[in-house]
Amino acid sequence: MKKYIPFLVLGCMALLPLLGLSDYLMHILILVLMWSVIGMAWNLLGGYCGQVSFGHAAFFGVGAYSAGMLYYHTGIAAWWGMPIAIVAALLVALGIGVISLRLRGPYFVLSTLAIGEIFRIFAENLETYTQGNLGIMIQERTWVEKAPYFYIILGIAALTFAVVKIVVQSKWGYYFVAIREDQYAAESLGINSTLFKTIALSLSGVFTGIAGAFYMNYMGYIDPGIVFALGDISILTVMVVMVGGVATYWGPVVGAVIMVFFSELIRSLPTIGSAHQTLFGILLIVIIIFLPNGIAGDLPKLIRILGIGRKQ
Amino acid sequence: MTSILEVRNVSMFFGGLAAVSNVSFEVQKGEILGVIGPNGAGKTTLFNMVNGFYRPSRGEIYFRGEKISGLKSYQICKRGMARTFQVVKPLQRMSVLDNVIASAFLRTSSKAEAEEIARETIKFTGISADIDSISKGLPLGKRKKLEITRALATQPELLLLDESCAGLNPSELDESIEIIMKIKEKGITIMVIEHHMKVIMSISDRIVVVNYGQKIGDGTPGEIGGNPQVIEAYLGESHHA
Amino acid sequence: MAPHIELFLQTLIAGILLGGLYALIGLGMALILGVMRIINLAHGDQMMIAMYVAFFGYDLFHIDPYISIFIAAPVLFLLGVGLQKFLITPVLRVESILPHNQVILTVGIGMVLSNLATVFFTSDYRSTPVSYATTAWYLSDYWKDAPIELSLSLPWTVSFVFSVIISTLLWFFLGKTDTGRSIRATAQDLDAALLMGVNVQRMRMLTFGIGSALVGAAACLFIPIYYLYPALGKQFTNIAFVITILGGLGSVEGAIVGGVILGIFESMTSTYLGMGWAPAGRFIIFVLVLIFLPGGVASLIKKKRLAR
Repeated sequence: MKKYIPFLVLGCMALLPLLGLSDYLMHILILVLMWSVIGMAWNLLGGYCGQVSFGHAAFFGVGAYSAGMLYYHTGIAAWWGMPIAIVAALLVALGIGVISLRLRGPYFVLSTLAIGEIFRIFAENLETYTQGNLGIMIQERTWVEKAPYFYIILGIAALTFAVVKIVVQSKWGYYFVAIREDQYAAESLGINSTLFKTIALSLSGVFTGIAGAFYMNYMGYIDPGIVFALGDISILTVMVVMVGGVATYWGPVVGAVIMVFFSELIRSLPTIGSAHQTLFGILLIVIIIFLPNGIAGDLPKLIRILGIGRKQ
Repeated sequence: MTSILEVRNVSMFFGGLAAVSNVSFEVQKGEILGVIGPNGAGKTTLFNMVNGFYRPSRGEIYFRGEKISGLKSYQICKRGMARTFQVVKPLQRMSVLDNVIASAFLRTSSKAEAEEIARETIKFTGISADIDSISKGLPLGKRKKLEITRALATQPELLLLDESCAGLNPSELDESIEIIMKIKEKGITIMVIEHHMKVIMSISDRIVVVNYGQKIGDGTPGEIGGNPQVIEAYLGESHHA
Repeated sequence: MAPHIELFLQTLIAGILLGGLYALIGLGMALILGVMRIINLAHGDQMMIAMYVAFFGYDLFHIDPYISIFIAAPVLFLLGVGLQKFLITPVLRVESILPHNQVILTVGIGMVLSNLATVFFTSDYRSTPVSYATTAWYLSDYWKDAPIELSLSLPWTVSFVFSVIISTLLWFFLGKTDTGRSIRATAQDLDAALLMGVNVQRMRMLTFGIGSALVGAAACLFIPIYYLYPALGKQFTNIAFVITILGGLGSVEGAIVGGVILGIFESMTSTYLGMGWAPAGRFIIFVLVLIFLPGGVASLIKKKRLAR
């Protein structure tokens, strides 16, 4: 029975646009789906393989700019940027892999942070290519209604979910976890940890890049401060997975729902609005101390803390 | 008898300190070689060099005639050498079966095949009863068996066991020895680091003694038992009776 | 010829002065990293808070920033000890799938500090325009026929001198006092320190406190020279961890050398390439060091020592 849940969820989601929801609500749902994709992608590298990246904005931004620069320089519709985004993200992943994956633990984390920022600075300064801080704007919107965008991102999300599930249950998945638990022991069991970390990084980067390309097409405007943002992209990605549930299939989805709704809620409150980073920070701190594996990951613990369930 | 492992004049320097100094020995195919020595003598460092975790500062190591010193651990494992670690570290949140499947993937890419190899190996080491238990919750004795099972699932020709008997109670100890002998019967060569003198003396075909990073003895248990240098190294050391 | 030499020397001097200050920032992080194996990504934000302390000390009470060292350093010390006791220690104890939880924790702390500062203090640029802000010593005043003109800005120089004094005091503390030695023991070998009766918990709190106090002092040395705004915290964190990596994982001497190198590098790029490249330059150094010299300057120092 459990096997059918993903299909059920997909089915229900597919029917949502038919309910005649407001544009605003559809927008929120689209964001939730997009963040689910990014979260699931990050989870593959971070949650399953144990390589915590604080620089996923690099992939997101590269994806967005692949689509954006294609449109800007050639006039071709930005949707064709998606395949380019895949290649670009792959190259970036390989590049980052060569530099960072040899680093132990926290130094890997730091290097991803640095690389994310390097991309942002380059995007800001290489104005001939990227338009710098002016950003790239798509003049003609492909569709006026939200529904087509919704179905596209739903499709991407379903694909990402399927790929993650298949990979995790395969040889690669087992190897990722072995590397996460103890890289040296894994090596002694014949696992080429550098190769597999690179594979995880590549998969993770490619799907994040696809999300970035989608973002360009959906929102119609990007600039370095938006798509290469440390706080609003890289850190938010980590939060989505940490809050929702590390190394689980549904965790990133749960996390995306929570973080997007939480964001929107805070943004709508008049005074607290500007303090949204503070609240995010506090949420991150609370989660990491009390529920470090996220809601889905630490479900038993969460149930205990909330006092649900019969007393034994 | 052919030698499956040749260690030639290996030394390991950390900074200015020699953890292992000019050690040479051979391991014959099919035998059990014991490695003994006081704490800190360099035994684990030796294992680490054989298994590729460290690159020897000096000297060479040959496995099945091929030079392996300088190769990475995973490359050496693929060539048929597996090891266990003193501090066992299974994949905690996974079941025993999944733990072994992960190792079995070395020889196949198919999950079905890996699972089959895993189940067979688990049966061989006798932990079938716990096959679906999460490894985090297992007691030490079973975790040590799991550790050996994981190494065996890579289908090695040479198995390095690092203190697989430490911390076990007498009945677990007997089971452990039984498993080791069964592994030998299968034709797998074994190199063991062990502190339990009785265990090592009874199962080893030959023993290498290490102290302060140097080899001070090499021979059968009988020869070693009578070696004055070895006795002196252990003088004052209370070993388990 | 002369103007080129003049520009180069002036840039070099500016770089050394800046480097001395940077070293102090890096020292705090290196100490924490070395002793507790914790990467504190809120380090720069703590400094930013201290700068606000110094700013308000000046703005409201007319306390000279250099005097504020005696206020900001203790305040930061307490902040550090508090963070260590109530947030960091619990995180280290919790069992989790993801490694490096503490890095993530410090990211969260940094977010809170920097955002709170934005909310309460606004993003307006602040400064402490002390009377001596523009005073400088000119070479031509002392050497009438000097072929080139060089100037030493007073606040820069005073800050540099203070930084040297504080670093020296720290060096003595770590090297010659019992507490200092206990801290170093905890850094080198945790288990051995425990066995020798060192109160490791206390040492860790002390270390985090001292690391934070160092950054509090550095803040007071910076405020007469820099403009203050909340986002500055992130920049300082970047500087701190570039220096820490450049200097070598947790090495105190390395951090000092690393700081000076970074200072000179930034000064040179500022002069010869343009100001906008400094942040990119920092990260590029960071990545280059990680690839080519992962042990940092400290590993070079060590190699030299062993070769003797």
